[in-house]
Amino acid sequence: MTDSLTLPPAAPAPGAARPPGLPRLLPAAGAVPVDLRAHLARHGPLRHAGGPGRLVAEVAAAGLTGRGGAAFPLARKLAAAAEARPAPLVAGNGAEGEPASSKDGSLLWISPHLVLDGLQLAAEAAGSRTAVLYVRRNQRLHGRLAQAIAERAAAGIDAARVDLVPAPDRFLAGEESALVTRLTGKPARPAYRPVRGLPRLAPGRTALVQNVETLAHLALIARYGAAWFRLAGTEAEPGSMLATLHLADGRTSVTEVPLGIGLADLLGLDPRAADPGGDSVPSAGGPVRAVLVGGYHGVWLPPAEAARLPLANAALRPLGAAVGAGVVAALPAGRCGLAETARVARYLALESAGQCGPCFNGLPRIAAALDHLAGPRPGQRARADLERWAGLVAGRGACHHPDGSVRFIRSALRVFAAEAGLHDRGRCTGTGPEPFLPLPAGRPASDADWS
Amino acid sequence: MEKLRVNPVACAGHGACAELLPELITLDEWGYPIVADQPVPHGLRRAARRAVSSCPALALALSRVA
Repeated sequence: MTDSLTLPPAAPAPGAARPPGLPRLLPAAGAVPVDLRAHLARHGPLRHAGGPGRLVAEVAAAGLTGRGGAAFPLARKLAAAAEARPAPLVAGNGAEGEPASSKDGSLLWISPHLVLDGLQLAAEAAGSRTAVLYVRRNQRLHGRLAQAIAERAAAGIDAARVDLVPAPDRFLAGEESALVTRLTGKPARPAYRPVRGLPRLAPGRTALVQNVETLAHLALIARYGAAWFRLAGTEAEPGSMLATLHLADGRTSVTEVPLGIGLADLLGLDPRAADPGGDSVPSAGGPVRAVLVGGYHGVWLPPAEAARLPLANAALRPLGAAVGAGVVAALPAGRCGLAETARVARYLALESAGQCGPCFNGLPRIAAALDHLAGPRPGQRARADLERWAGLVAGRGACHHPDGSVRFIRSALRVFAAEAGLHDRGRCTGTGPEPFLPLPAGRPASDADWS
Repeated sequence: MEKLRVNPVACAGHGACAELLPELITLDEWGYPIVADQPVPHGLRRAARRAVSSCPALALALSRVA
């Protein structure tokens, strides 16, 4: 292995044909884990030549943004990491605390070597000889990843040593500053960060944290180049992404899609077949009452509106929504959106790290008020309280947990306004007894579960 | 120009800041400070500095803004 890291300018690595369409990150068929031999047979070895500057330029040309939810341009982080002294600690983030998302776990299980390739590239760009892979606690997954890391060590292909670090099973475990705090040996709670830039490990050292899917895309851009990466996606938001889909019939899948794909295509929504005046839209999984985009910090959209929108921030952000980490859920007709949102709001309140007064005081009260609104004849008080508390918590935490939680809850009040009107009269359209949106099973998280 | 900023993790809701600088800081219904989103006016700079130095949790800071 040479010290420098270069990209093949236009030509792909010898022996590696450019994979044509999607999927890029997952095998074309099946969910069989890809071992190192199969990985190298498909993509060829990671080529190193030229220095971090070339990689940063290629990533900038590719326009790859973080796939963990924030969609921050990777090239800018890599450039900052390349300049930071001492070399930043490099971490791949596979905490995936969002209960409705399973794309990072699937990627790590099926294509660990793409992620590990990307982690090596990031470490090399940052000038670091070590890297951390931070992954949700799961024995089988950790065993598989330890095996993949050992395979690579035996083959002698990596310059940076990779340590596997378990992430606590908490919603906020993957928040960037929580990850960094965890790496300093403390509980994985978010930290107050008044200064922008790379997060800081105490004392003095910065960290380069990237979502594991972002790293996998990086490994492909290093091999096949920016122009290839841009064959999928839109001009403003190039490339593909992994999405976790929850269809209205309960089916869940992880699928790789080009950015900008229509939500109607993703869910099989057919707004033309909707009943005039009806409040649901037919889809591949049955009639849909509402569409949740962006997970539990995301927003609900009415199905007819969702059917006109692409999975792209350019279209979603003006509506206060975002692609996030690619969770898209179709709430079936016959489910009460207020009841679903109230369940999740309770969970989000319990997942407050308990550090910031407005968050740990406000979220439980907001969840309780929403519980009232999800029940019969809630009265005006609960709604007024909820609105006031929502205004008090947003923007006042060290992390975005209060903001995201309030965004999600407010969108429910907008989209399920007609349902709320029914509740005022003591009625509810919810008929399904089983909860729809996934939440962690078992005992509620306790305060000791942050490490 | 300077602005007041609260470190929400450090802040324990003592409320001293709101007593010393009611012009810019009020308390929410749980006792945590809500800081006016504006630069500290010239006439309040002394009071702002006193509020910062009086915070028992060292959670209030004045920082320069462009």
